Amino acid sequence: MMRFMLLFSRQGKLRLQKWYTATAERDKKKMVRELMQIVLARKPKMCSFLEWRDLKIVYKRYASLYFCCAIEEQDNELITLEVIHRFVELLDKYFGSVCELDIIFNFEKAYFILDEFLMGGEIQDTSKKSVLKAIEQSDLLQEEDESPRSVLEEMGLA
Amino acid sequence: MPAVSKGDGMRGLAVFISDIRNCKSKEAEIKRINKELANIRSKFKGDKALDGYSKKKYVCKLLFIFLLGHDIDFGHMEAVNLLSSNKYTEKQIGYLFISVLVNSNSELIRLINNAIKNDLSSRNPTFMCLALHCIANVGSREMAEAFASEIPRILVAGDTMDSVKQSAALCLLRLYKTSPDLVLMGEWTSRVVHLLNDQHMGVVTAAISLITCLSQKNPDEFKTCVSLAVSRLSRIVSSASTDLQDYTYYFVPAPWLSCKLLRLLQCYPPPEDGAVKGRLVECLETILNKAQEPPKSKKVQHSNAKNAILFEAISLIIHYDSEPNLLVRACNQLGQFLQHRETNLRYLALESMCTLASSEFSHEAVKTHIETVINALKTERDVSVRQRAADLLYAMCDRSNAKQIVAEMLSYLETADYSIREEMVLKVAILAEKYAVDYSWYVDTILNLIRIAGDYVSEEVWYRVIQIVINRDDVQGYAAKTVFEALQAPACHENMVKVGGYILGEFGNLIAGDPRSSPLVQFNLLHSKFHLCSVPTRALLLSAYIKFINLFPETKATIQEVLRCDSQIRNSDVELQQRAVEYLKLSSIASTDVLATVLEEMPPFPERESSILAKLKKKKGPGAVSVTELEDNKREGGELNGGGDRGPDTASTPSPSADLLGIRSAAPVGPAPAGAGSLLVDVFSEAGPAAPSTRRHFYRFVCKNNGVLFENQLLQIGIKSEYRQNLGRMYLFYGNKTSVQFASFMFCVVALLDTWLQLNVQTKQVEPLVEGGAQIQQVLNIECLTDFSDFFQPTEMASNDFFQRWKQLSQPQQEAQKIFKANHSMDTEVLKAKLLGLGTALLDNVDPNPENFVCAGVIQTKSQQVGCLLRLEPNAQAQMYRLTLRCSKDSVSKRLCELLAQQF
Repeated sequence: MMRFMLLFSRQGKLRLQKWYTATAERDKKKMVRELMQIVLARKPKMCSFLEWRDLKIVYKRYASLYFCCAIEEQDNELITLEVIHRFVELLDKYFGSVCELDIIFNFEKAYFILDEFLMGGEIQDTSKKSVLKAIEQSDLLQEEDESPRSVLEEMGLA
Repeated sequence: MPAVSKGDGMRGLAVFISDIRNCKSKEAEIKRINKELANIRSKFKGDKALDGYSKKKYVCKLLFIFLLGHDIDFGHMEAVNLLSSNKYTEKQIGYLFISVLVNSNSELIRLINNAIKNDLSSRNPTFMCLALHCIANVGSREMAEAFASEIPRILVAGDTMDSVKQSAALCLLRLYKTSPDLVLMGEWTSRVVHLLNDQHMGVVTAAISLITCLSQKNPDEFKTCVSLAVSRLSRIVSSASTDLQDYTYYFVPAPWLSCKLLRLLQCYPPPEDGAVKGRLVECLETILNKAQEPPKSKKVQHSNAKNAILFEAISLIIHYDSEPNLLVRACNQLGQFLQHRETNLRYLALESMCTLASSEFSHEAVKTHIETVINALKTERDVSVRQRAADLLYAMCDRSNAKQIVAEMLSYLETADYSIREEMVLKVAILAEKYAVDYSWYVDTILNLIRIAGDYVSEEVWYRVIQIVINRDDVQGYAAKTVFEALQAPACHENMVKVGGYILGEFGNLIAGDPRSSPLVQFNLLHSKFHLCSVPTRALLLSAYIKFINLFPETKATIQEVLRCDSQIRNSDVELQQRAVEYLKLSSIASTDVLATVLEEMPPFPERESSILAKLKKKKGPGAVSVTELEDNKREGGELNGGGDRGPDTASTPSPSADLLGIRSAAPVGPAPAGAGSLLVDVFSEAGPAAPSTRRHFYRFVCKNNGVLFENQLLQIGIKSEYRQNLGRMYLFYGNKTSVQFASFMFCVVALLDTWLQLNVQTKQVEPLVEGGAQIQQVLNIECLTDFSDFFQPTEMASNDFFQRWKQLSQPQQEAQKIFKANHSMDTEVLKAKLLGLGTALLDNVDPNPENFVCAGVIQTKSQQVGCLLRLEPNAQAQMYRLTLRCSKDSVSKRLCELLAQQF
């Protein structure tokens, strides 16, 4: 089971964090700091796996973003690498050539996509189509929900 | 794909995020955030009811602020309100906020649970999925209590949508992991297992995680999953690369599901059903075959997915450990990967081979790759890969290649990364010990370790080398010689000084014959390091010095000089000062024989699990130690006092006075039961060798009135006794050496039959509880009915009187004589002390030969008094004694003579 997934930038800015076990905020911050330091210090050709505490860390860099997963002793590293890749594909398909900014400005969408793909640290569905269909549906629901608003209203000035 | 969503939603949020991104400093960011928090707070508090959209927007902003790492202490209620919105996106944001930020506010949990309940029963699949996600994300006990019985129903109901089934399966898994007692599968078991047959691959993929977890906990109830899993796997493995449509990933059919199926099978032994087993072996062979086929795509995703399955299959083959053919094929496959250009594959191959090395079928096959692995240790650029190579070398090590592997590891240590040095040191130390045929190699290896990586040599390592040297007399001379040479180095590590100090203190005499390592040379060498060392090492050296005084009397003056100087005897460190003072005093007042007893060579350490191995296990966790090691060391229960309890420091600290009297012998260490606190410990019967040794202890008390009667890891029994005429009082002190309470503590005094008949012993019962670390006292009142040696009263008399009485007791039965070899030191002072301890009066100037001892005393019993005269004639040259006793009562002479003969 995956314990958590982190997305962070080359500059060490955390862009997304998903925890699959209850963890105290203080511990989370400490773990994030520690892991970012370790992963960012590694050179490009190095191996994507490392042991950390009692966990296995699987990470991969896509452009400016690092995707970093913590899995348990008996979990499969290579397939986790492909979990990351599939998630990137899903983001890419949804945002259309995803970049870091998409994830910053639409962080809630990134969380929804991840939730459709992984749940409780396990794969819910591996089919790109199924996952995207679920997201698409919710977007359609959103469109129906929303009535057009003026820019002023948006800015809270109306 | 819809660009619909991009930035459409909440422009206010986008503006806020932009603002934050434009902040030039942390302070500016905090300022902006505080402004926004104030704004949101006022909006939430305002009189105007907020519409759903605004609420959603503000809740989302709060979430963003929280994810930036700031605390959020409000907005939970508004998020909960969103849950009951009819609008999907509002509900979705509400759930997201709750999932990320839920706190244990029970009031809130009840409201959240209500909203979830509504959504679960809404029959709207998207709402149901949101609710299930929320349960899985939070996974709290309250939620498990509320929904654990409902979710299995949703999971197996015929009319549930596939997407909801998938969420329900994983939601249930999460609840099972947090509150297994609340998730009762019972009636659902078989229907859950049959989800493996579901037509929808997504459902199988989600359900198998649940089934695997349940199977691990209740293998019997779920064992029907084995045949289902095998047939599902077989269908996937034999399918063409496009059969599974969207579940084919870069030309690999259903890689995730395949891995999960292979993982599920690892919860069980090989299938008993021949057909099922045959089908499975076929699958495994196909997977191994496919690894040899040319890749269908050059993309790394293709090879990763394919190899993920391959590694999982190899794990299963290793788990079964019953198919030699498959094991060897797996090993060969991994061998290929060892030289692969992908770092990831080399890493995994090294890791996987570690487990193969512990299988008897593949151990030899793994060993053939030794050169490649050594090469990896030397040339890999990534430390985590080198670490794996070191692990594998450790795992493949056996008697045949130990010298090569240890040498390679040692040479790697010189340049090894700091992060893995300590572990490498432990591994080298363990291998050197485990596979040492001649122990001089072992000593060399450990001293090399200290030389190369002294800072990383933990206490356990150098304790261990000392334990081994002390227990094996064939290596002591070599060890002394080698440490002596190692200490010649101008800069040697403090750990080397510790080992050197200890070993020379014990065995320096073995090399003292050589003028180049004469006692004074040894001492000066050690003392030249003294001032550079830390306090514990100095303390150890001081102990070595006092041992030197015993080993080499000619160094006494020099060493006393050193002890006497202000920097020792007035050292500001209490421990050092105490040692200096005590050792100085000891060396000046104690006779050579007393010194020899006190500073006797260390007794052998009890054989037990290497403390280093225990440390490595602790460091790596139990999973990391190979199976063979665990089996080698099943006797872990004895580790009650930890590895260090007999460490050299404690042994040479002369704190309790009992030690100084030389009474305390090597404590018999019985197989101490694990968790002694809860067990009834019958120390005497359980600690096998204890009983006879207690008896041996008893004889020591013929001439002494207090000391330690018995000691093991759990208990120390001290004794103190006083005698007046025919009455005696004996105090027994029971000290609990553990940190846990002894309950139902019982002690019965069982005297040896022959003594019992002559004594009337009254014991006072003691409390049955002994707190950890505490001591309790029991008093025994003893009345001597017939003669018993401890009830001696001294009788002073002049020479004439003595000979007169001696002649009076001239009947043959009244005299007993024994000639025997000396068992103990023949030092005059010691003999005197013993005779006085016996309770007799020592008469000077009676015997014409001043070397002889003459004593007189009266044994007081209830009914009579027995006069006793004693003459002890030592012959130092022959190491013999002649003991003559004449008593007014016949039987007493004989009995006393036998008893006393063992004392000298």
